[in-house]
Amino acid sequence: MLNIKTDLKGEAIAISLEGLLDSQTNPKLNAVLEENLGKVREVVFDLANLEYLTSAGLRSILKAQQAMEKKNGVMTVRNVPKDIMAIFDSTGFSALLNIE
Amino acid sequence: MKELRVEADRKYMQTVQDFVNEVLEENPECSRKDVLEIHMVVDEIFGNIADYAYDDKPGPVIIAVDTDEEGVIALTFSDEGKPYDPMSSKEPDVTLPASKRSIGGLGIFMVKNVMNELDYEYRNGRNIFTMKKRIGGNHA
Repeated sequence: MLNIKTDLKGEAIAISLEGLLDSQTNPKLNAVLEENLGKVREVVFDLANLEYLTSAGLRSILKAQQAMEKKNGVMTVRNVPKDIMAIFDSTGFSALLNIE
Repeated sequence: MKELRVEADRKYMQTVQDFVNEVLEENPECSRKDVLEIHMVVDEIFGNIADYAYDDKPGPVIIAVDTDEEGVIALTFSDEGKPYDPMSSKEPDVTLPASKRSIGGLGIFMVKNVMNELDYEYRNGRNIFTMKKRIGGNHA
């Protein structure tokens, strides 16, 4: 189960994730990204209520990061829970994401 | 030991997740973190088998779960697809910048990080991949 809240303001989008981001739920996030990444120069992910993620979830997050880098935009990841931070650390994602 | 046999198709992902979760729920030692880590493992391993084990028509996958008195859960996936050792996949370079990153190999890398023991064998035309994890408490 994954709930996604988005707030699009001009060229910035805030995306809050709640639940599990895995291969069954990431198509939902990919659809949101596909719809919006072309329009924005700033993406802010709020992971405060994300319980866990799999490599499918990492793939979606990486896709957003790559899209922003390509157009000199900014992506920020906020409120990363401890268990998810452990995954970001072990996979090297904490070095390639801008985590606040 | 409990077993489930399904076709190697992602449409059965939730069936497999529910089956494994039911066994975990019977074990009072199993923490929420254990449940989440095993959920990730099922997502990665069943997903890989569904995507790569069979070329044309999906064949069978048998998922077996067993827990012992010492609080070790054993999760076995076996299929009759192409011989493939999941542990042979190249370790991902976790130091590359985002623009050069791909996700290949990351799933099995994450699985290795949360399971205590992994064992693969190819026997009688089957890939048999067994993973063990000590559940409960603060074990790695």
